[in-house]
Amino acid sequence: MNRRVLLVEDEPNIIEAIRFILKRDGWEVEAHTDGSSAVRKITQVAPDLVILDMMLPGRSGMEILADLRALPEMSDLPVLMLTARGQSRDRELAEKAGVSRFMTKPFSNNEVLAAVRDLVAQASKP
Amino acid sequence: MVGLRQADLAREVGISASYLNLIEHNRRRIGGKLLVDIAGVLGVEPSLLTEGAEAALIATLREAAADAGAASSDTDRADEFAGRFPGWAEVLARLHRRIASLERTVETLSDRLTHDPHLAASLHEVLSTATAIRSTASILAEPGELEAVWRERFHRNLNEDARRLAESSKQLMTFLDESESGEEQRSVPREEAEAFVAANGYHFPELEDGTAEPQELVDAAPQLDTPAARSIAREFLEQYREDAIRLPLDKVSDALEELGPDPVALGRATGAEADAIFRRFATLPPGLLPADAGLVICDGSGALLYRKPAGGFAMPRFGAPCPLWPLFLALTRPLVPVRRPVIQKGRSVARFDCLAYARPHHAAAFDAVPIFRATMLILPIPGEDDTEDDNRIEVGSSCRVCPKKACPARREPSILREGF
Repeated sequence: MNRRVLLVEDEPNIIEAIRFILKRDGWEVEAHTDGSSAVRKITQVAPDLVILDMMLPGRSGMEILADLRALPEMSDLPVLMLTARGQSRDRELAEKAGVSRFMTKPFSNNEVLAAVRDLVAQASKP
Repeated sequence: MVGLRQADLAREVGISASYLNLIEHNRRRIGGKLLVDIAGVLGVEPSLLTEGAEAALIATLREAAADAGAASSDTDRADEFAGRFPGWAEVLARLHRRIASLERTVETLSDRLTHDPHLAASLHEVLSTATAIRSTASILAEPGELEAVWRERFHRNLNEDARRLAESSKQLMTFLDESESGEEQRSVPREEAEAFVAANGYHFPELEDGTAEPQELVDAAPQLDTPAARSIAREFLEQYREDAIRLPLDKVSDALEELGPDPVALGRATGAEADAIFRRFATLPPGLLPADAGLVICDGSGALLYRKPAGGFAMPRFGAPCPLWPLFLALTRPLVPVRRPVIQKGRSVARFDCLAYARPHHAAAFDAVPIFRATMLILPIPGEDDTEDDNRIEVGSSCRVCPKKACPARREPSILREGF
C-alpha cells in the first residue's frame, strides 16, 4: 500500500506541484486548504506525514500543530511545516510545539521530497 | 550572415544546410572545430558566436537547476533545454532572476515583517507565489518528456503565478514607497504627519506669507486621520512658522544667491541658531538649492522625531537608526555644531555633507532634567566618489539592513548575506 501524505496548504499551484512530485515518487497525496477543519481532516485521513503551511485561512499552522500534539494518537505523527516567515522566532515556536521539520518558502521540490522520505523513514524505525 | 547564403556557409564548413539551420535556432550546440570553421568563414571571433546572450541564458538556467537541486547530469543539459525550447528557457531564466531579486528584497525587508501585519500578509503572498513558480518551473525544467496534459497545466500555472507575482510585488513596492500620496493607511501617527508634510512638498507658502494659521492647515488636511497625527503636524507647522518669521524666505533666497548654498555662511550672515538654519534649508521651495536637502531630528533617547529623506540617504522606517550618524555625535557635544562628510553604501555609494547641532529643547530651569534635541541637515553631494577624505564616515540606515563589516557600532547582526 502506498504511503499517504496530507498536504494542508491554501495555495493551489503549490498543491499541484507538490502533489505531482510526491505522486511520481509513489506517495498517495491528499490536499486540504482550510485551517479551521484541518485537525479533523488529519485525524480522519491518518496520513503517514502531514505537510502543514504556517499561514492558513481559519487557523494558523502553529495552532493546528499544538492541537495535534495534544492528541495522544497524533503525538508522533511527522509534521513538515512550511512557512514564508523564516524568522528564528517562528522556528523556535514551531520546535516547541513539536514540529518534526521546518522549511522556509521558497523551497525546492527536492528538499520537500527528501524531507518527506526522511521523516517517514525515521518514524517507521522501531 | 549578411551577403552569405545559409547553403553556401553550410557547404563551406562541410555540414548540411538543415543542420546549420538547427544551430542557428539554438537547437544544436556548437563547439570545437565546427565553431572555429564557421567563425572563420564569417570572419568573426569564435567567442562572438558562443558568448553573449545565449551563454548568459544557459548560465542562468544552470543556476536555476542547481538552486532547484537538479542532478548535475541534468544541470549539464541546460544548453539542450535552451536549444529545444528557447522561448520557455527565456521564461524560466527570467523567472529565476526575478525570484533571486525578490528573495534579496524580502531578506532586506524582513525586519519590517515583525512590525507590520499588512506587510506580513503582502510578503506571504509574494513568497508563496515565488514558491509555486519555483516548484512548477523546476518540474518543467527537468529533462525528459512530461505528459502533454501535465505540461499544459504547469505552463498555465506558471503563467498565472507570474502574473500574480508581478501584481503582488508591484503592490509590495507601492506599500514600501515612502513618497506615497498618503492615501495608504499608516499605523504610526508620526508617519501620518510626515506623509502630510511630504505631500505638501515640505513647503507651506501660506506660512511663509502669513495667510494661514498652522491649525487651519491641519484642519484642511484629509490625510491626518488621528488626533495624535494632527497634534504632531501642528507642532511641526508652528515651528515652521517661527523659523519663517526668523528667516524670511526672500532674505534666505537673497543670502543664498550671494553666499551660495552654505548653511554655515547663512548662519553667520543671519545670526540664527544652527538648527533653525537646518530646518529652513529643508523647507525651501524647489530651485533654491542644487539638490533637495534632507533633515532628521531626534530627542536625547535617539528616537527619531522627524525624517525628511533626501538624495538616497536611507533612513529606517522602524527601529533605531545607525548610531554613527553625525546627529548622535552632536548629542554628545551639545551646543557645538558638527559637520562631517558621510558616505552611505546601498545599491551604489551616496555621498552627503551632514551638519548637526544639539541644544536644549526648552528654556533652562533650576534642577530640571534638560531635554535635548539634535537636528541634522543632509546635503547630497552629486557625482562619483573620487575623493579620499580621511575625515569622512561610512554610515548605514539601521544595523539589520547594513552591509558594513566589522562595525564597532553594530547592535545586532545584519540580515544581509551580501552587500547590494
